[in-house]
Amino acid sequence: MKKDEKTTNIFLSGVGGQGAILASNILGEVFIRAGYDVKKAEVHGMAQRGGDVTTHFRFGKKVYSPIIKYGDVDYLLSFELLEALRYINWVKPDGKIVINTQEILPPSVSLGQMQYPKGVEDTFKKYFKNNVHVINGMGIAKDLGNLQAQNVVLVGAFSNFFPKIKEAYFIDAIKKLLAPKLHDLNIKAFEAGRKAL
Amino acid sequence: MKEIMQGNAAIARGAWEAGVKVAAAYPGTPSSEILKDVADNYPEIYAEWSPNEMVAVQVAAGAALAGARAMASMKHVGMNVASDALMTLAYTGIKGGLMIVVADDPNVHSSQNEQDSRNWARFGKVPMLEPGDAQECYEFTKASFDISEKFDTPVLLRTVTRIAHADSLVQTGKRVESKMPLGLDPKEAPKYVMVPAHVRPRRKAVEERMRKLEAFADKTKLNKMEINSKSVGIIASGSAYMYAKEVFPEYSFLKLGMVWPLPKKMIADFFKQVKKVMIIEELDPFFETEIKAMGYKIFHGKDIIPNMYELSPEIVEQAVKGKAYKAPKVRVKPEDLPRRPPNLCAGCSHRPLFYALKKLGAFVFGDIGCYTLAVAPPISALHTTICMGAGGGMVHGAMKAMGKDALGKMVAVLGDSTFLHSGLAPLMNAGYNKGNSTTIVLDNRITGMTGHQEHAGTGFTVRGELANQVDYAQIGKALGIKNIRYVDPYNIKETMEVVKEEMNRDEASLILCKDSPCMLLRRAKPLERFKNPLYAVNMDKCRGCKMCLEINCPAISWREGAGQTKDGQKRKGTAYINPDQCVGCEVCVQVCKFDAIEPAKK
Ligand SMILES: Cc1ncc(C[n+]2csc(CCOP(=O)(O)OP(=O)(O)O)c2C)c(N)n1
Ligand code: SF4
Ligand code: SF4
Repeated sequence: MKKDEKTTNIFLSGVGGQGAILASNILGEVFIRAGYDVKKAEVHGMAQRGGDVTTHFRFGKKVYSPIIKYGDVDYLLSFELLEALRYINWVKPDGKIVINTQEILPPSVSLGQMQYPKGVEDTFKKYFKNNVHVINGMGIAKDLGNLQAQNVVLVGAFSNFFPKIKEAYFIDAIKKLLAPKLHDLNIKAFEAGRKAL
Repeated sequence: MKEIMQGNAAIARGAWEAGVKVAAAYPGTPSSEILKDVADNYPEIYAEWSPNEMVAVQVAAGAALAGARAMASMKHVGMNVASDALMTLAYTGIKGGLMIVVADDPNVHSSQNEQDSRNWARFGKVPMLEPGDAQECYEFTKASFDISEKFDTPVLLRTVTRIAHADSLVQTGKRVESKMPLGLDPKEAPKYVMVPAHVRPRRKAVEERMRKLEAFADKTKLNKMEINSKSVGIIASGSAYMYAKEVFPEYSFLKLGMVWPLPKKMIADFFKQVKKVMIIEELDPFFETEIKAMGYKIFHGKDIIPNMYELSPEIVEQAVKGKAYKAPKVRVKPEDLPRRPPNLCAGCSHRPLFYALKKLGAFVFGDIGCYTLAVAPPISALHTTICMGAGGGMVHGAMKAMGKDALGKMVAVLGDSTFLHSGLAPLMNAGYNKGNSTTIVLDNRITGMTGHQEHAGTGFTVRGELANQVDYAQIGKALGIKNIRYVDPYNIKETMEVVKEEMNRDEASLILCKDSPCMLLRRAKPLERFKNPLYAVNMDKCRGCKMCLEINCPAISWREGAGQTKDGQKRKGTAYINPDQCVGCEVCVQVCKFDAIEPAKK
């Protein structure tokens, strides 16, 4: 198989309400514009909020399976520390990782029955060395004055891994998927994220 | 142009292009988006949420009989409810194309069981198609209507969660109106009135149709042979094909797009072309049983492929490679990490209701909906969930078995959408057969669990138009229930009193939750009923007794740390209310014995 025929696997993980679904929708629009076949599969939980959310995102010349093979993740983009750690085994030895520093306590932790895992960044660095990129998406979104934009900040940071993909595709995707009144804010969020990594 | 679409959206699109006029459904994961997508995007199609899957199929069948193309969609268990209609529609046939979408949920991501709907096709003697991605969802939907009209049969379209809820590219086209004239013909009664004298000729027609469909299966492009390696070939469909193709692209494939009836000649040809044939299918050994019955010897099938839960690329790879499969390195054991189970939303009216039932020590015959989460600790106040509507029938049976001993001990609880789906008949039964059961309807004004669909009790249609709103109390009265009570579930004490009284009463009763809309239903302004927008724990008063943690509110957490109250009571820690999550429902306020939870400012 030629190198460009290979399918690339991106795994997104987070907590309901963090906007991981929008992030994967943006990636979808972007890689279609770049001429790839795209498949993505979300595990839709139930209506309530606060459960974990994962998306399998795949692009390439021709993609078959909608879900990534366990252990075959090229890029892990995680919105929350614990939800990053939960999928650490899925990442290839040379995979790249973007971790957002937000911590959202699961019920067993907030009820005092379990500990929130410590040293998540170090655990990743132990296995993936310089391929681990940590970003404070919440901090950047706060500076922009809207916490909701954290997801697009992370997409901005993540976009750096794909230097051949035109920035304009990301901007187009944001414009297509969001209401006009949110365009300015989210384009700024994207740019801020892109610079942060 | 190619667009990225969810499998369900692609089905809606295909139906629209095929000229469908009527679409009916009852929500159920992973099928619910189909009807919503039709309603939102395709005004040419009449769309409705029916009260249950049986009605949805009846509505679609009526439209088809009148000459229109029509569809009904549901989750796998919905087909159990609709099957009575399906089994005889298979005899009468249709006029306008009729497609029934049935969405399976291998690995029970959100279901009460794991059934393989392909069995319905064999059982009902109707054709079934199974797409493997969104493009096929779109194409196979269009093909369903052609097959339906050509062979005068309902057609089943089967998806699974990973196809229904996966997005991929779809090349779309234009809508083509059906050429069939609309109208009904009374002279056709022998074809549509299934009395024994009419059934017998139709029974024969079914078998003849099956033979024609078998011949069609051998010719249709829905089934594809891909000859690569001559040594190993795989027979698969839908998602299983995608996983197998992903990990073994070098093998040959017979991809079945039409999963019933099977293409006998193609299968024979495949066995001739490749040396060893493996059958890779999710859930039941459906193809395997049939193909073995045709007399073929297969290399591998369910001897290595699991017959439960869902498949995935690694499960297929590991099964086929056996010991040669190298598992990825385990860096962290996921089972050591805290889980994130779903929980009732902060402020949900189900929380205080089930807390009250728990305090009463009631055995709760439950049902299916968000409220099923009340089974989880620490609330743990729901004791059965079988199928929609089951609780009302079961509590009656249990009380008949136990006699007067049962009084005061048990209750049936179901949501509003569930009540309208299948809760009426059990209630009627309690009224008629001198029952003494208590049934509680959690009226939160929406179908919560499956993502907020309208129903006959919400006052709105799927397109948001105003509609008649069912009056639950009048239903209860008409069904012979003499004791009909309302409770405000947010008032725990009052709720307990009413439920206790009714459970003890030697007559059937119906309890309705009033003014308790779902927290996510913006139109009902659920937060307006709360006096204060926010509560906080007063550190001077909190004794750290952990009582408030018993309600499992997502906003309340525990903070470890020895200390004491203002009046010198020692404590090991305190409760904390996250102001970003608290909505002011006051449930914890009623639970705290030390009045430590007080109004705060947002
Ligand atoms: C036969 C059948 N059809 C559909 C479903 C999917 N389903 C599960 S719960 C539910 C309805 C829940 O609504 P409601 O009873 O109003 O309770 P809520 O979630 O709002 O608390 C549906 C449609 C099912 N489990 N079984
Ligand atoms: S979605 Fe509605 S019914 Fe379901 S848990 Fe949340 S508030 Fe309760
Ligand atoms: S119930 Fe009251 S006293 Fe007990 S932990 Fe909660 S807030 Fe503190």
